[in-house]
Amino acid sequence: MFRNQYDTDVTTWSPTGRLFQVEYAMEAVKQGSAAIGLRSRSHVVLACVNKAQSELSSHQRKIFKVDDHIGVAIAGLTADGRVLSRYMRSESINHSFTYESPLPVGRLVVHLADKAQVCTQRSWKRPYGVGLLVGGLDESGAHLYYNCPSGNYFEYQAFAIGSRSQAAKTYLERRFESFQESSREDLIKDAIMAIRETLQGETLKSSLCTVSVLGVDEPFHFLDQESIQKVIDTFEKVPEEEEDAGEGEAEPEAATGAAGTGEQGGSGDQDVAPMEI
Amino acid sequence: MTFMIPIENGNGVKNAEADSQRTLYPYVTGTSVVAIKYKDGILMASDMGGSYGSTLRYKNIERMKAIGKHSLLGASGEISDFQEILRYLDELMLNDNMWDDGNSLGPKEVLNYLTRVVYNRRNKFNPLWNTLVVGGVKYGEKYLGMVSMIGVSFEDNHVATGFGNHLARPILRDEWREDLSFEEGVKLLEKCMRVLLYRDRSAINKLQIAKMTEEGVTVSEPYSLKTFWDFKAFTNPTVGAEGSW
Repeated sequence: MFRNQYDTDVTTWSPTGRLFQVEYAMEAVKQGSAAIGLRSRSHVVLACVNKAQSELSSHQRKIFKVDDHIGVAIAGLTADGRVLSRYMRSESINHSFTYESPLPVGRLVVHLADKAQVCTQRSWKRPYGVGLLVGGLDESGAHLYYNCPSGNYFEYQAFAIGSRSQAAKTYLERRFESFQESSREDLIKDAIMAIRETLQGETLKSSLCTVSVLGVDEPFHFLDQESIQKVIDTFEKVPEEEEDAGEGEAEPEAATGAAGTGEQGGSGDQDVAPMEI
Repeated sequence: MTFMIPIENGNGVKNAEADSQRTLYPYVTGTSVVAIKYKDGILMASDMGGSYGSTLRYKNIERMKAIGKHSLLGASGEISDFQEILRYLDELMLNDNMWDDGNSLGPKEVLNYLTRVVYNRRNKFNPLWNTLVVGGVKYGEKYLGMVSMIGVSFEDNHVATGFGNHLARPILRDEWREDLSFEEGVKLLEKCMRVLLYRDRSAINKLQIAKMTEEGVTVSEPYSLKTFWDFKAFTNPTVGAEGSW
């Protein structure tokens, strides 16, 4: 993709009416590791793959609590994501302080989008290189939004962003019609299964993913490893010695599992910049 | 606006210029507001008087106004400050409506916003000289609260401002119940307003009662209370206590 002539400045249009810098920023989102969001009438689940720079380091935090009733999952430049999370927390707490009432997530998302748009129209700025899946509550129930570096935002029943998110999206597209009336437990299970799709071959372990839930009577919180593993165990065959490759959903564990974790970020993406997790 | 806390110099001269920039005392004032929760929502009563010191100067001032769909604001104290607060709230509700997203500010949010505004002004030694009562019903939840001119705010089942605190609240503490019907609530409020009429020199016999329910907010037409001035205690007030008045 060589569009070099019109892509130096975010304030330069191409002859075909595109802002390439903004589109490049959206590419950065696609390079980050997967993040997934789903919602029902009363709950929102955000889940992500835990990716670490190397075996020595810990994994990057990609899901943030903004308030008791709002959470955000990011993909792309995590530094940009952290800054935007801090902005969201600030907006949320200022609203709570003034009105003693939770900030409706729909309004927070518009503030975020307007902030992102500013960066697409100043020559001395660059767009934020992070996509945000914002899940939260307002008067009409649970909502899930996706905020783009372009300053656009969309509401979703379920969505996935980051690398290999297409696999998750395909899974979600098959099932999303049932999500609105889903129970909390089924929603969590679907989120973890969607995460599994993005792993494409690696064994799904609770250490590989982070899952968070919020709902009408449930403040935002992370699920602990035990709970996640319990859900995984309901659909993954319990690890056994024999290699039954053709056994329905079950994956051969241990051997390929170790190899899978060893090549974090390697498969498919050649040059993953250190800042993009 | 330049702001300086006036400092006296040796001759007792104060900083007059700075003083003209901030509220020192109220001029046209409204007296008590009394409000109660009842079975279906909130009832609030206030008279229509605006006093200029000891003169009952204005007799057609509406001291209760609807705010949005869900709330009602009643004010006692400086009338011009009340009008300014109505302008602030007008802008607040306008912006809230412009979102057009199914979310709306309810009575709790309005009261807390006003608390922030009033407290902020108090901290700058330029108060909004009002005690404000906010009530309303939103999604079945009844809310009634008040904020004073120094920024102290709280919620309760019944509230009153000014003289109402001393004359009406004791009656309400004895006679208020959770499940008052509309008629019972009005009767209770009228009892309080009648006592205030007898005993508060700034009260006039022209009042409005406002009703807040899930359906909305309505303010009644002005009317007056029946009074009886021939109580023996009124004709011979000092019997049994010579020298008092």
